[in-house]
Amino acid sequence: MSDVPMHETTPVQRALPIGTVAYHASGWYGMLGVIVTEGALFGYLLFSYFYCAVQLPPSWTPEPHPSLTYALPATLVMFLSSTAMWWAQRGFYLGAAPRYRFGLVAAILLGLVFVALELLEWKSKPFALTDSLYSSLYFTTTGIDLVHLIVGIIAVAAVLAWSLLGYVDARRDTPTLIVGAYWHFVTLAWLAVFVTFYISPYLR
Amino acid sequence: MTFERVPATGTASPGYLERLTKIWETEPGILGWFSSVDHKEIGIRYIFTAFIFLALGGVEALIMRVQLARPDQHLLTPEQYDQLFSTHGMTMIFLYAMPILSGFSNYLWPLLLGARDMAFPRVNALSYWLFVAAGIFMYTGFAMGAGPNDGWFNYVPYANKEYNPGLNMDFYALGMIFLGISTTVGSVNFVVTFLRLRAPGMSINRVPIMIWGTFTASVANILVVPSVSLAFFLLWMDRNFGTHFFDVSAGGQPLLWQHLFWIFAHPWVYAIVLPAMGMVSDALPVFCRRPLVGYTAVVLSTLATMTLGFGVWVHHMFTTGLPTLALSFFSGVSIIIAIPSAVAVFAWTLTIWLGRPVITTAFLYFASMIVLFVIGGVSGFMTGSVPVDWQLHDTYFVVAHIHYVLIGINLFPVIGGLYFWFPKFSGKMMNETLGKWSFWTSFIGFNVAFLPMHLTGLLGMPRRVYTYPAHMGWDTLNMVTSIGAFVFAIGIVLTFINVLVSLRSGRIAGPNPWDAPTLEWSMSSPPPPYNFAVLPTVASRHPLWEQRLGDSHGTSTLDEGFTLDDKRETIGTTALDSEPDVILKMPFDSPAPFILTVGTSLIFAGMLIPSRLWAVTAVGCLVVIAAILIWLWPERELGQRVESSQ
Repeated sequence: MSDVPMHETTPVQRALPIGTVAYHASGWYGMLGVIVTEGALFGYLLFSYFYCAVQLPPSWTPEPHPSLTYALPATLVMFLSSTAMWWAQRGFYLGAAPRYRFGLVAAILLGLVFVALELLEWKSKPFALTDSLYSSLYFTTTGIDLVHLIVGIIAVAAVLAWSLLGYVDARRDTPTLIVGAYWHFVTLAWLAVFVTFYISPYLR
Repeated sequence: MTFERVPATGTASPGYLERLTKIWETEPGILGWFSSVDHKEIGIRYIFTAFIFLALGGVEALIMRVQLARPDQHLLTPEQYDQLFSTHGMTMIFLYAMPILSGFSNYLWPLLLGARDMAFPRVNALSYWLFVAAGIFMYTGFAMGAGPNDGWFNYVPYANKEYNPGLNMDFYALGMIFLGISTTVGSVNFVVTFLRLRAPGMSINRVPIMIWGTFTASVANILVVPSVSLAFFLLWMDRNFGTHFFDVSAGGQPLLWQHLFWIFAHPWVYAIVLPAMGMVSDALPVFCRRPLVGYTAVVLSTLATMTLGFGVWVHHMFTTGLPTLALSFFSGVSIIIAIPSAVAVFAWTLTIWLGRPVITTAFLYFASMIVLFVIGGVSGFMTGSVPVDWQLHDTYFVVAHIHYVLIGINLFPVIGGLYFWFPKFSGKMMNETLGKWSFWTSFIGFNVAFLPMHLTGLLGMPRRVYTYPAHMGWDTLNMVTSIGAFVFAIGIVLTFINVLVSLRSGRIAGPNPWDAPTLEWSMSSPPPPYNFAVLPTVASRHPLWEQRLGDSHGTSTLDEGFTLDDKRETIGTTALDSEPDVILKMPFDSPAPFILTVGTSLIFAGMLIPSRLWAVTAVGCLVVIAAILIWLWPERELGQRVESSQ
């Protein structure tokens, strides 16, 4: 009986998808790998934060209760941009190209709003990069988050251009899936940074 | 291009083979050389480059052994000695040990898996170019007299600007981040290849163990490389922008460096031995003329070793004054990890015991590895115990341990692997007489050098000192070690000579000179550019031994299968069962990986002195963005664009 099953599966008479099609594409799996490794990077950043918080007296942070004036709206904007991305992808599979492109543009714009809010937030802080251990960690972590977002904005812009050139639609959709996954990952990464730097001090 | 088709099945005709060769061949000429994405070409380049770094690291070691041969020597100044031992560690651990395994894996993976290339051939080229560029970057510092001088682990605060004002640490810090990108993209490539490119029928219980080893190591790299990249990035910020991560006077945390470093570096030690152990698990049984004993146990022990390997990093920090509870936990895990390692040792020993060993050079290298692994394992087990470690920390005992582990479980299997797979790489056999000489010289030299070193350490000689006073009881031992080091070096040189001699005048190998069971031996040596004319269907772990092992082992089909010849194509399969899932369009050759590497090099060169060279970094960023966009631009021929309307 041993060799029978293999011979049964050899001559596949079933049609197989060709090239980069949805979750069959290698690129999709590659993006999952990138997300895991970048997720680990944020994990180590937050580990550094909590390590310092445990080792040092509470006075290590210059602001025991960080202001949420910019951070909270920024978090909402980030959520909205992920929603726009999801809404765009839904439109994609319904065959609504205008809605898809509008959604991508909205995601980019909301991403840019987030960048602006973060820069305002940086300006409003009473400390600078080199003032203390806390300030070093704060600006480095949020800076790395911003870099990830800017990479995402460039990537979404590229996919938008490819859509306008007629390269991608619901049959060749892998770039959208990949860039969408990355975008949601950046939102989650920000959420982790937000909870660590802005919410956890209130829980002390 | 259509969106789906039923793949044709058949056998290879001469016309078909000619067509395939044309499709898969790398273009001749210099542009073709820089654009090649052939995994075999890249694998050979990896192996060649890694051996150059092995030779460099070896010369550095020999210079240090001359310095240490007798007491009170002044061949080297303390600063020169510091740079030599740090550069030696950097070279062997980062530029030799992992890249050499990447080289073997790059070359062998698609052949072992029954695929025509890796999942991302261009990423494969990228990881090679980045590795070369990072290596050159780090050695540029060394050549300028600014090599690392604080050990490969680079502890702060000595690495801070205040104590180390030169460019030494900037070269090392940036070089490590640079190399980390190469490792990460390469690891993602291995993981996706493992999940998606196994031949139809090669379910996960039929995968060769070397594949398991590299896969496990790659998963670990994906998880831990960011830790060390972050640590070096924070150090670079401290040194260049005045941040305070490791600056004690401003509340900085030197121990945070040690945590971030060892969270990476201990799993890394497993990552640079597990693929080599996999090579032994696959190749040793060939010379024992029987399948490996306990395939499942060995695979599970590989996975268990790596999993436990994430939880042992603090054993490098037993003397830093951490709480007893933490020490107890990490000590426990460090001792328990001996169990999965022992499983592999018993499996290899039983394979030899129950088999009919054929004593070739490759067999000698593989079998001796078991002995060296046990010695290195036992000394590791000893230092896993906190009180023992307190006595032995920073002595030559630990130096002996790390060399037994890294040379014993990496270099010996690698050279065995070279003797074993050289016929596949080149079509020629390596010379057995010269091979036996190289083995015995290496084996005796290595043990003469490093076995007495345990005693040197027990007698209290501290490591990383450039010289020592006479009459401490260390004089004879150090002389013996230095003599052994040179004998060992002669053994390695004999192997290199053997490679050159065999390339010129070796016996013709034929497809399967060792009568081995796995897929890489089913095609000509060296393999054709497309690897497999028709894609094989695999029904057992030993496709070429099935006749002998009996019906219960299944019947693989190698001569008849999918015939894919519409440009570069291979078959993608499902992750666990390996059912055909998709026809993958494989990329053609491209200079994009090389250009991307040039851009990345500019970025890091500018970061050396960010205040003055920031424009170089900016240009590098633009080059990188442009190269990535060109690389990823959807191509009709690769099935990445919607069909045009006609």
